Amino acid sequence: MSSGLSARESSGRYSGWRVLLEGLTGQRGWSRAWAKAAPRARYRVVIVGGGGHGLATAYYLASEYGIRDVAVLEKGPIGLGNVGRNTTIIRSNYFLPDNIRFYEYSLKLWEGLERKLNFNAMVSQRGALNIFNTEGQRDLFTRRANQMRLLGVDAEALSREQVKALVPLIDLDNGRYPVLGGFLQPRGGTVRHDAVAWGYARAASRAGADIIEHCEVTGMRRDAGRVTGVNTTRGPIEADTVCLAVAGHSSQLAAMAGLTLPIESHVLQAFVTEPIKPVLDVVVTYGAGHFYVSQSDKGGLVFGGGIDGYNTYGQRGTLPVAEDVAMEAMTLMPALARVKVLRQWGGVMDMSMDGSPIISRTPLEGLVLNAGWCYGGFKAIPAGGMTTAHLIACKAPHPLAAHLDLERFATGRTLDERGIGPYPYAH
Amino acid sequence: MLRIRCPWCGERDEIEYRYRGDATRARPAADAAPAAYIAYVYERDNPCGWHWEWWLHVGGCRRLLKIERHTLTHEIRAVTAAVAVTVAPAATTPGAAPEPNGSGRESGL
Repeated sequence: MSSGLSARESSGRYSGWRVLLEGLTGQRGWSRAWAKAAPRARYRVVIVGGGGHGLATAYYLASEYGIRDVAVLEKGPIGLGNVGRNTTIIRSNYFLPDNIRFYEYSLKLWEGLERKLNFNAMVSQRGALNIFNTEGQRDLFTRRANQMRLLGVDAEALSREQVKALVPLIDLDNGRYPVLGGFLQPRGGTVRHDAVAWGYARAASRAGADIIEHCEVTGMRRDAGRVTGVNTTRGPIEADTVCLAVAGHSSQLAAMAGLTLPIESHVLQAFVTEPIKPVLDVVVTYGAGHFYVSQSDKGGLVFGGGIDGYNTYGQRGTLPVAEDVAMEAMTLMPALARVKVLRQWGGVMDMSMDGSPIISRTPLEGLVLNAGWCYGGFKAIPAGGMTTAHLIACKAPHPLAAHLDLERFATGRTLDERGIGPYPYAH
Repeated sequence: MLRIRCPWCGERDEIEYRYRGDATRARPAADAAPAAYIAYVYERDNPCGWHWEWWLHVGGCRRLLKIERHTLTHEIRAVTAAVAVTVAPAATTPGAAPEPNGSGRESGL
């Protein structure tokens, strides 16, 4: 078990010059990207969950708010939860102004992230295209695009011909769902999701945070109305602030502190095909169903659909949704019929009661929540980490995330992007 | 793929059904405090384990069912009518389904 400053700094700064140098000297200078820390008895901040949001929160606490006495506890190895199970899409094309501002802040952080982390996360702003297939959708998307433009976010309306020019694979004239046009956010795109976990872990570790793997939280340490630490499989750990960043299992961890959350857990499936030559250089979202697809740099088409639709903690997914997604892929891009699906997997998500995330204090002093990410957790990692770090460090909500508080459900300020109501399985 | 044994129609694929959420939330009295209604509308136990839930047999008899299902294994160990009578799935065969007690009217959503 290595720890201490020497281990933290041994991986050094990454650069083209370094790659050249190591290439000429037998690649002997590389070492671990981050220090594998063992838990100490006490930290100023303990973050439960070594996913994107937990690692980003630790990094921003150290780099932006000067709090380096931080531990990130992960029950398995980092990067195997939802940060490695999503479809890697980033965008800020939301409808509610508060959500647009929050996700746009995230997109701006993505734009400068690699330089900041000194890590190649393969941020690729290839554009995110929403297809519309009905007149009603055209109105809805136009309204959404106008809302975005009013807030200074990029959005463009595309004609059928422009859609075809951008995505030659699309069948514009499907008999049942003809494509009427599209709505493009040119700055949307994809990011290599594993590299996001690794990059934040390395940067957080270099800044002084302890990343502790194989350390499962088994209970909350309480003192009256205050959370004072956590019990783990590697012993008790005291903390001034405990932050839960365990989307998918937030209800389980909150229950250890006696809280009931406005969240249900559901599985979202994703799929990847065998690698093929470049056929798709934009993220495409289908209007006549729930289907989105992009092509990874390895050549695989990465795609997904809606949630399976009933409460589950099973990280697998069932066949009806897989069939549904395949049908939508075929309707939109018939040429995909001959491409084989290589892998399918599922991630368990916090589906919140209004479809929007929660970054909030809780009724318990010393317990902070980063939860309820629904489908939107990956793209929000930089902003989620920054605003959660702000909440912990300043003991007040970040102005761009103040609307994501837990009290909104009681006070009627819910953030229901699609106007569905309190039915998590329908968001 | 879930296979749900409807007391009226027999065992059918999940695609015939529509999930209607947690069946353990009881509507508070009309004069209950706002906190009771906030808990009823928004808060969910969300257990990792056995879970009572509503399913509507929309592609079959269109009755509302109350089902006990495990949220990790997806095993179903009880399918009942929306009114209070339990029908063990294994004991039920299509065509010989017992009628639920009471008026037979569905309630609870």
